[in-house]
Amino acid sequence: MMRAFLALLARDLRLAVRLGGGGGMAVFFFLVVIALLPLGIGPDRELLARVAPGMLWVALLLAALLTLDRLFQADYEDGSLDLLSMGSLPLELVVVAKALGHWLTTGLPLVVVTPLLGVLLNLPGEAYAPLILAMLIGTPALSFLGAIGAALTVGVRRGGLLASLLVLPFYVPVLIFGTGAANAASGGFSGEAGQQSLILLAAVALSSLVLGPLGGAAALRANLR
Amino acid sequence: MTTSELSLSVRDLACERGGRLVFEGLSFSLGHSEALVLTGPNGAGKSSLLRQLAGLLDVTQGEIELSGGDPERTIGEQAHYVGHLDALKPSMSVVETIEFWRSFLGSIPQGAETALEALGLAHLADLPVAYLSAGQRRRLSLARLIAVPRPIWLLDEPTVALDAASVARLVALMKGHLGHGGMIVAATHLDLGLDGARQLRLGAGVAV
Repeated sequence: MMRAFLALLARDLRLAVRLGGGGGMAVFFFLVVIALLPLGIGPDRELLARVAPGMLWVALLLAALLTLDRLFQADYEDGSLDLLSMGSLPLELVVVAKALGHWLTTGLPLVVVTPLLGVLLNLPGEAYAPLILAMLIGTPALSFLGAIGAALTVGVRRGGLLASLLVLPFYVPVLIFGTGAANAASGGFSGEAGQQSLILLAAVALSSLVLGPLGGAAALRANLR
Repeated sequence: MTTSELSLSVRDLACERGGRLVFEGLSFSLGHSEALVLTGPNGAGKSSLLRQLAGLLDVTQGEIELSGGDPERTIGEQAHYVGHLDALKPSMSVVETIEFWRSFLGSIPQGAETALEALGLAHLADLPVAYLSAGQRRRLSLARLIAVPRPIWLLDEPTVALDAASVARLVALMKGHLGHGGMIVAATHLDLGLDGARQLRLGAGVAV
């Protein structure tokens, strides 16, 4: 079973690297949105510093959503999903493998480029560490919650937008606690406020690790049959 | 593979697609080393029946039972389903595709090369799937049958896009599978020349 799981994960990573469409595009989108922001808001460095954590998070959410619709769609269209459901690996673990692959190829690269983009927005120095930590904790939740939306819309043509609309409300807690952690640090609040945000964010992420595979597999079953 | 006592029985099966009753009251049984050829006009439910057998389509009425197989696994986990969609990824090479299915479907150590040779694809092993012709793609998806041994083969129009030589090769593989105690249910318009294969004409109802 472990072998099947790793085989699927390895295949997804290999496809993502070869096609280059998914993660690379999300990172580029993230970069462009953040680069546009100072042009729109104006060169007020203090204002930029204040909105930086929130803006980075919002742009990251949208970038992650951009690649979500292909999570199951490609496998559904070419018949691979039928065969994936006929293996010994439970469909729940198929969803875990695919969501983990999505995080490794999209979520993680987005977190990696965040420090660079923080400079563009004049992110306060003391906010870097909590923001990156919050993103590392929060981005898996984006992939796993997103898997539910992607699975629900798997049979829908051009279902990407619908998946985004379904999933975005569930991203709200990630956004609130994620920015909370960074804002607490840059706003000079006590470390406790930031810590609480991180703990709540971790709680959201952990529950998504459970709900995502269960919900995703149920939605896939409903769509396959 | 313990296929000696395998038997599949279908009782009073019905299939409904989009509110339309495709077939009902379908019953047949199939033992080991037996093949069933599904015929019938377009829309008679050949593909739907195969998908029901594979567990890819809900059974609303009737039952499908497999005895003598692995009781821990569903019929779908003991069967190969080769449908109209070939489940191939253009950016993966031929040999990578087979290796993926071998490790995903939890296979035993039979080399990917054996499967490729059986379908005459060995010389294309390192070529990305994107460059294959329609017939070669079909052969690659059929190579899964050999790469991962499973007792039941569910084949939906397996000869589409195949040339005469490849059809002969496929028939030889099917005979070999039956010879090892396997079971085949195939929907086809072509006479495959499988000796002793039973026919089920959908739209008519019962197995002959």
